Amino acid sequence: MQFNSFSDFIAMGGYGFYVWLSFGTCALILLSIFLDSQFSHQRILDAVAKQLDREARIKKAKQESK
Amino acid sequence: MWKWLHPYAKAQTAYRLCNILLPYFAMIAVLSLIVGWVWGLGFAPADYQQKDSYRIIFIHVPSAILSMGAYSSMAIAAFIALVWQLKNAELAVIAIAPVGAAVTLIALITGAAWGKPMWGAWWVWDARLTTELILLFLYLGVISLYNAFEDKGSAGRASCILALVGSINLPIIHFSVEWWNTLHQGATITKFDGSAIDPSMFWPLMVNILAFSAFVGTVVLIRLKNEILLCEKHRPWVRDLVKSQTQNVTSEIGDNNAV
Repeated sequence: MQFNSFSDFIAMGGYGFYVWLSFGTCALILLSIFLDSQFSHQRILDAVAKQLDREARIKKAKQESK
Repeated sequence: MWKWLHPYAKAQTAYRLCNILLPYFAMIAVLSLIVGWVWGLGFAPADYQQKDSYRIIFIHVPSAILSMGAYSSMAIAAFIALVWQLKNAELAVIAIAPVGAAVTLIALITGAAWGKPMWGAWWVWDARLTTELILLFLYLGVISLYNAFEDKGSAGRASCILALVGSINLPIIHFSVEWWNTLHQGATITKFDGSAIDPSMFWPLMVNILAFSAFVGTVVLIRLKNEILLCEKHRPWVRDLVKSQTQNVTSEIGDNNAV
């Protein structure tokens, strides 16, 4: 370990603001692109499920009206 | 010779391959990201000149390399899509573009945060920085061009052409530090006469490059799966997939009620 204490680690030898700004935004961007991809996967599956449901209902209504 | 490759032109087979590869990429990404960040932030020695501010290198260099690496793979996919008319290659272009834009943005932001303490400026209109900014605009151009067309066939072709034409920017980015007098330093790792970086900093950097590569791979696979599903949503196999998943959910609810 290069640092003697936790506050030393946060201070980064006086460059803390720049180092943590970089790593913070990096983590934020990586996390958002990952979550966006994950959520849109679920959105697509939901949309297809909804469409299937709708088609089943239309089919049922047609059969009942006969 | 290339016959084994043919089945993967089929969307369903490609989707299955994505599912097989995904856990490996995700596992490598998570592990190497943790190791790389802990090693880079806490255990790599401080630089004798830049002190601890140089630790930004452990995300700046990987994201910059991957911003160009992702663009190269996007351009190759665009070439394949245009020449052999493979739909999956076109979808890969669309899957890669947002991820590439994200890592380019990281490279620019971390570069600014490193430039401020070392150069005294967040941003300078220097060759390397400007060409990297153009790279970001190229990614955004590919994304918005694809979204601008109602007909996804012509949308795909237009964004493939833009991706391919934009690849001229890649050698310009790489050689910008040699062709022009710039504030940005020259190549350190990819010099032909051996690397100019100490092993104690080189290895954590390598782990971080691996981490970023695996992360980009993971997210591109997820997005490629999404694009395949969107494109094929009226096909029976997607419907069966959704049906089997909703059935799993309802059977789980049923089980819970039984208990």
